[in-house]
Amino acid sequence: MKRPPLRTATVFGALTLAVAVLMLIAATIGPYRVPPLTVLKALGERLAGAGGHGAVETVLFNIRLPRIVAAALVGAALAAAGAAYQSLFRNPLVSPDILGVSTGAGLGAVTGILLGMPVMMIQLFGFAGGLAIVSMVMALSRALRSSGDILVLVLAGIVVGALAGAGISLVKVLADPYDQLPAITFWLLGSLAGVKAGDVMATLPAVAVGVAPLILLRWRIGVLSLGDDEARALGIEVARLRVIVIAGATLATASVVAISGVIGWVGLMVPHMARLMVGPRFDRQLPAAILIGAAFMIVVDTLARSAAAIEIPLGVLTAIIGGPMFVWLLAHSRRIAAP
Amino acid sequence: MTVLAAHHLTIGYGDKMVASDLSLGCAAGTVTCLLGPNGVGKTTLFKTLLGLLPALDGNVAVGGDDLATLTRREIARRIAYVPQAHLTEFAYTVIDLVVMGRTAYLGAFGKPRPIDYDKALAALDMLGIADLAEREITRISGGQRQLAFIARALAQESRIIFMDEPTASLDLGNRVRVLRTVRTLAQEGLAIVLSTHEPEHAFEIADRVAVLGHGSRFVTGEVQAVLTADVLSGLYGVPLCVERTPSGRHVVGST
Repeated sequence: MKRPPLRTATVFGALTLAVAVLMLIAATIGPYRVPPLTVLKALGERLAGAGGHGAVETVLFNIRLPRIVAAALVGAALAAAGAAYQSLFRNPLVSPDILGVSTGAGLGAVTGILLGMPVMMIQLFGFAGGLAIVSMVMALSRALRSSGDILVLVLAGIVVGALAGAGISLVKVLADPYDQLPAITFWLLGSLAGVKAGDVMATLPAVAVGVAPLILLRWRIGVLSLGDDEARALGIEVARLRVIVIAGATLATASVVAISGVIGWVGLMVPHMARLMVGPRFDRQLPAAILIGAAFMIVVDTLARSAAAIEIPLGVLTAIIGGPMFVWLLAHSRRIAAP
Repeated sequence: MTVLAAHHLTIGYGDKMVASDLSLGCAAGTVTCLLGPNGVGKTTLFKTLLGLLPALDGNVAVGGDDLATLTRREIARRIAYVPQAHLTEFAYTVIDLVVMGRTAYLGAFGKPRPIDYDKALAALDMLGIADLAEREITRISGGQRQLAFIARALAQESRIIFMDEPTASLDLGNRVRVLRTVRTLAQEGLAIVLSTHEPEHAFEIADRVAVLGHGSRFVTGEVQAVLTADVLSGLYGVPLCVERTPSGRHVVGST
């Protein structure tokens, strides 16, 4: 019988290639121009353990590449989490913000800024905030209704997210308007401007631990999209799988929010683009979403740092690109969801 | 041979009891129809028999094992569930939906193997809808969709299939098609339990009926012995009669 591995394999190959090419192009762009061949040569030398420490190397390895890799990581993690939440909640309009993850991580991080903490501690605070909010949401929904009612869970997410939002507003009022407030505001809009290689290395394991179970369990997560009763009748321990998916997706989201600040739209829009390319099956959609998310954020972050004289906040760019694109997707795609 | 047996079941949600002392047996190769007016706990009974809800008291035995002691995977290999045909949130193709029936045979990190696709396709073939395999589930007719869900249950290779009002919201042609399919599956040796709001369907295809009424009134037995005018009138609260046509059909109507 005909199975579509060829087509799917082609799509994945093309997407992987696109990510690599976009990384190379992004590495050449900036105030200090580095031609593509020079980038490749420097990379080759660095991988071979040699290489100089000139201006090119400093720009590439200390500034540009960490930021490019961070952008790819952020895009991949947000897209993976968004795709997982959409399958879990059986709703193509759900995104990582739905459980208050981003807002919670935001509250943690701005509290860290307010207390004058070092960058590492701010990230830790952001991460703890995201996990705390999700724990609260799940505890609240469990207390209100016994067996994980989706609507109750989403409403609990909105309520707790609103509380965290109020907390952020309070921190902004309390913050020093000349020093802390601009930092907080900029962070809340999302930016990778200050990312260093060490930050990427610290975030990578957390993202990997969060995304790995989603990839390993991708077939089962797809079956979960049929609804609780059907998934259970098909042999899936729904309650356990749901906890694993929420924990993994939240870990991935909170860890990247900790280095990039709050970036909306990616987790909502990218899974749709993936579904358009490879169809709705989660086991194919997830890897596609991860690759598209990485490519998308590399482009957006390169625009953010090079399109204007000042850094454009990432959240602003993703909203400008994401809003219209989402409307276009809704209008032109019949494959997003049931008509 | 009895493949599923409920003993003195009390059903309900949490501490809210819906009905009690329900006993029922289903044999291989037979169709059992579950009838009852709205609100008496038919769905609750259905879910308890499927192991989706825990029994408050009593037990359900499948092939000699207590349902409560089996894992979800073990239950799925013995009992399949056909929901009312609905639109899935994501526009899966028919083959992708049907192959999900193989989940209980895959490892925790596994995805369908070629043999699983073969079984899914064989199930579609048996129901005569193999040509729909690559169509989107949201773009076929309600009757075809219902058959696709039945195909998924067949791909699950369990000996017992539960169907929740399989003919609801289908037109006459599709209703006949689905009922014929149910009868054929029973002839193949499967035990089928289906809920319906149409007593006439029970006369048409069922070997036994289980009738759940208000106040935990529960009667099981041969169709013609149980579904008398008196029982049906009491069950639905309106005067009903059962008439036998010269061709041997049973017609239920108001007096």
